Amino acid sequence: MTPHHQYDEERLAQLLKILPPAPEGWVRAAQELPQARREIDEIAERAERDAQFRAAVEADLESALAQAGYDVDPSLLPELRDRLTST
Amino acid sequence: MTSLATVADADLVARCRQGDQEAWAELVNRFSRYVYAIAVRVYRLPEPDAEDVFQEVFTRTWQHLDELRDDTAVRPWIATLTRRLCVDRLRAGAREAPVEELADVEGTSDELEGIDEALMVHEAMKQLPEHCAEILDRFFARDESYRAIGEALDIPPGTIASRISRCLRKLRAQLEGRNSRFDPSDD
Repeated sequence: MTPHHQYDEERLAQLLKILPPAPEGWVRAAQELPQARREIDEIAERAERDAQFRAAVEADLESALAQAGYDVDPSLLPELRDRLTST
Repeated sequence: MTSLATVADADLVARCRQGDQEAWAELVNRFSRYVYAIAVRVYRLPEPDAEDVFQEVFTRTWQHLDELRDDTAVRPWIATLTRRLCVDRLRAGAREAPVEELADVEGTSDELEGIDEALMVHEAMKQLPEHCAEILDRFFARDESYRAIGEALDIPPGTIASRISRCLRKLRAQLEGRNSRFDPSDD
């Protein structure tokens, strides 16, 4: 990183303005990512070993997940569908 | 401010690798503005594309933390990943765009350097008393008015300008102290 040995107030103000916060929802989704991935893994594994659950998720993924007590972020549903069809 | 906010990048990465959920949340928090600024400010991605890149950066970071050879290098690693994903996104979204336009976008090293420097300043701000970090962030980065800051922090709006000035002086002193110990091998 290039060092600047002198910072006047104007320069500091410019630099502080460069980094506005990312939208809160984006940050939260990224923070919850490990937990969400674990949940996707768990659902995919369960669908592999539990034929009844598999039939339910294949028939209506969202209802089956809700009924089984999973609260998967809607943005992860396409990935979960891919996982389920590839197993 | 939690103690994790001041933990060094390398220690944070090590904790994330051990499955520490709070450390991961802090890592995302620490680099979220950085990734966002690269996507939106440097590559000027529209918000939906920027969001996809943002999530993909952190997904890959999480998936590949074990492969990071030098934990202290997580920032440049995230920067490279973000730039690559932004360029991929531009190429995929505008295949018919003239090649020179993409070349121009890729040649934005000055802006990237500015963002690196801004991140360093942002990190230095965390070492200031909490009210200073909060006031400076709200005024400059979040573009809040004196009135909004006064209401949020329960301080008279008439005192905010002088507080900002004092906090900027403290930040300056903090940075100049840091830079006098600057080691070129740090990056």
